[in-house]
Amino acid sequence: MSVKYKPAIHFNHVDFSFGKNPILKGITGSFPEGKITTLVGPSGAGKTTLLKLCNGLLSAQSGEVYIKDREIESYEPVELRRLVGIALQSAPMITGSVYENLTLPLELQGESLSKDDALELLHDVGLEKELLERKVKDLSGGQRQKVSIARTLVNKPEVLLLDEITSSLDRTSLREIEELIVKINRKYHTTIIWITHNLQQALEIGDYTWVMMDGEVVETGESELLKDPVNDKVKRFVRGEAE
Amino acid sequence: MSYLTLSITLIFVLIPLILSKTLKLGLEKDTIIATLRSIVQLLAVGYVLKFVFDSDSLLYIFMMVGLMVVAATHNAQKKGAAIQGITTKVAVTLISVEVLTQSILLGFNITPATAQYIIPISGMVIGNSMVLSILFLNRFTAEVESQQDQTELILSLGGTPKQAIHRQLITSIKASMIPTIESQKTVGLVQLPGMMSGQIIAGADPIQAVQFQLLIMFLLLTTAAVTSVMLGFLSYPTLFNQRMQLIKDK
Repeated sequence: MSVKYKPAIHFNHVDFSFGKNPILKGITGSFPEGKITTLVGPSGAGKTTLLKLCNGLLSAQSGEVYIKDREIESYEPVELRRLVGIALQSAPMITGSVYENLTLPLELQGESLSKDDALELLHDVGLEKELLERKVKDLSGGQRQKVSIARTLVNKPEVLLLDEITSSLDRTSLREIEELIVKINRKYHTTIIWITHNLQQALEIGDYTWVMMDGEVVETGESELLKDPVNDKVKRFVRGEAE
Repeated sequence: MSYLTLSITLIFVLIPLILSKTLKLGLEKDTIIATLRSIVQLLAVGYVLKFVFDSDSLLYIFMMVGLMVVAATHNAQKKGAAIQGITTKVAVTLISVEVLTQSILLGFNITPATAQYIIPISGMVIGNSMVLSILFLNRFTAEVESQQDQTELILSLGGTPKQAIHRQLITSIKASMIPTIESQKTVGLVQLPGMMSGQIIAGADPIQAVQFQLLIMFLLLTTAAVTSVMLGFLSYPTLFNQRMQLIKDK
């Protein structure tokens, strides 16, 4: 990708495998700072693994990953994970209320989130304040994802990783989450890397797109590339023939 | 009891054998093997114990206890194969529990420092510690597997491995301790403990038998708590690497 912006995250010939099973092969490229980059590609392409390499839930076996021009290994894991937040696909919650989930990131540091700050966060992600004391088991899929994103924002991450957070949502919730992501990006200038299966979403929301297949990045560029890809495999994927 | 009288008790083996044959349960072979093994194993242990008691040698006591630890470790470690270095961790736990309990018993002069007391009590402590280890490891490995999302969530939010595994660890420790606590709640109401019954049958004063049984039960509470907690805190760090990542099966 010819990046006109400073990279928030840069991959340099990164390989990753589970045992003898290669997942990522020679990944090289950058995610521009302050922009929304979508990761698209068929299931099993290595997208989630790539995301987990960005916040240190996994480590590359070879190659380098740079976060804000610093090699990832030079960060303390805890520092890195607060700098690069991730909202996981299944939006896991700890048992209890929405507030207990929102205060969790600070509780892990021996602090707590004030109720006012929690209400502001709820407002930011478009949830009613009445939800603060509701049990998370009573939330809808869309509300759960919003709480998950809000919880990730508590650490004020500079980079936000989103792993297929809209895959199981209805159309209304999906639109709300899309608007929320754009809002977060605009309001906090957060760099966003977003895995999605929805190519229309990638086109509409993403500034940039990486297309991944079989553990490799096969095409990158501004999201418009999805309208007219160069790579034959990407062409087939965009036509829905390579899922 | 004479060997003739003992042989008459084989009637109690004949009853399940006849039932199994009649109802085609297919348990005849297993019943016979179990009977033969218990006869051989218990008689062998009986003669070994008689030899050790007669010799009253500290070396033989150590050897007997050592053998118990080895056998219990071998049995318990199978349930924690997914945990790195589990054999050492189980062995360290069993030895620690044994040393702790015997130190209190002998240090406070609660029981005499003779083979007759040390070996049977060690057997109960190590045996219970082994069962507790199995219960804990079973539950803990299942919890870690089923709660991977939760563990990853805490790590992803900047939590430490200890914070990430805390809930699963506590759940597993509690789950493994509950049977010991629950069985003690109903003791005397539902069942008379085997050791106490044995003492009474052998002619001991029931009150003294009860006192001794209480000692053993309190001992087993400590055994349960120390085994679960110690094995838990020895096990969880091996689930993570130095970069605070959950090590997954490859």
